Amino acid sequence: MFHLSPWPWYVAGPAITFVMAALLLTGKRLGLSSNLRTMCSIAGAGKLADYFRFDWKSQTWNLVFVAGTVLGGAVARFLLLAPGPAALGPDTVSQLQAMGIEDAGTAFNPVLLFGTDVWSHPLTILLLLFGGMLVGFGTRWANGCTSGHAISGLSSLQWPSLIAVVGFFIGGLTITHFVLPLILPLL
Amino acid sequence: MPVIFILGVLFGITLTMGEIISWFRIQEMFLFDSFHMYGVIGAAMGLGILFNLLARKFDWKTRNRRPFDIYQYEAGWKRYLFGGAVFGMGWSITGACPGPLFISFGAGYVPVLIAIVGALLGTFIYGLVMRKLPS
Repeated sequence: MFHLSPWPWYVAGPAITFVMAALLLTGKRLGLSSNLRTMCSIAGAGKLADYFRFDWKSQTWNLVFVAGTVLGGAVARFLLLAPGPAALGPDTVSQLQAMGIEDAGTAFNPVLLFGTDVWSHPLTILLLLFGGMLVGFGTRWANGCTSGHAISGLSSLQWPSLIAVVGFFIGGLTITHFVLPLILPLL
Repeated sequence: MPVIFILGVLFGITLTMGEIISWFRIQEMFLFDSFHMYGVIGAAMGLGILFNLLARKFDWKTRNRRPFDIYQYEAGWKRYLFGGAVFGMGWSITGACPGPLFISFGAGYVPVLIAIVGALLGTFIYGLVMRKLPS
């Protein structure tokens, strides 16, 4: 509706700090992945594992935060942000196109992974499911994700968060450079 | 709670306007082909450090006059390095960390629901096997 340009890093970065600081001032803290544990607890996973037997009601505020982020995504995508591609670096465009992601450089998200056709492609469904499993398993093992470790943890100068962020990059670089080039052409 | 919800909305808007929920931007980051994501995380972290240092120096408190709820991670390295690497792999495949998983759904990229189901499944499996993992 408003056709705004995407925010550059020097707007988006400080806005994230603002949210982190505001949550601290209200007595909470920024960290999204702990919600995955809370959701499993609500679904009854506590019957099968101790990890999910905790006072999840104390985490309700974080689910409210997540609900807000969903609305925020909708508001930004459908009302604020101009439709159009993510302006990617040239090497990213050529490398992804060579792997069969033809809309690299002309779309915001690849239609091959996030388009409506996905539901009729079992291999894509498996890939998204498996990728999601790694996100859930990994963030709980590391006890935090990008927001918990890279933002909240590093901001409070904690070594474990630095180790975790190094881990994020070891895993991500391996997949992007050595595994996706083998898998993406199959989709 | 309304304040928390509004902060969530702001967070969702920020990660969408900053294109942090774009799968392409995550690939570009891991290909070292743009400063964008490093700028976002670096600026957020740098200002965050500044905020925490000022808070400590001037003894800032929450609105209920309590100390900030800063999570203190247990010492160690295995769970952070190995768990972090597993998450990093998923971040590259799905193009989404836990925040963007939910924000992307709001932004209308509905198949991300499959990755959300996967993330809940992965969390559940972690809960089952956590005692056997190095921590």
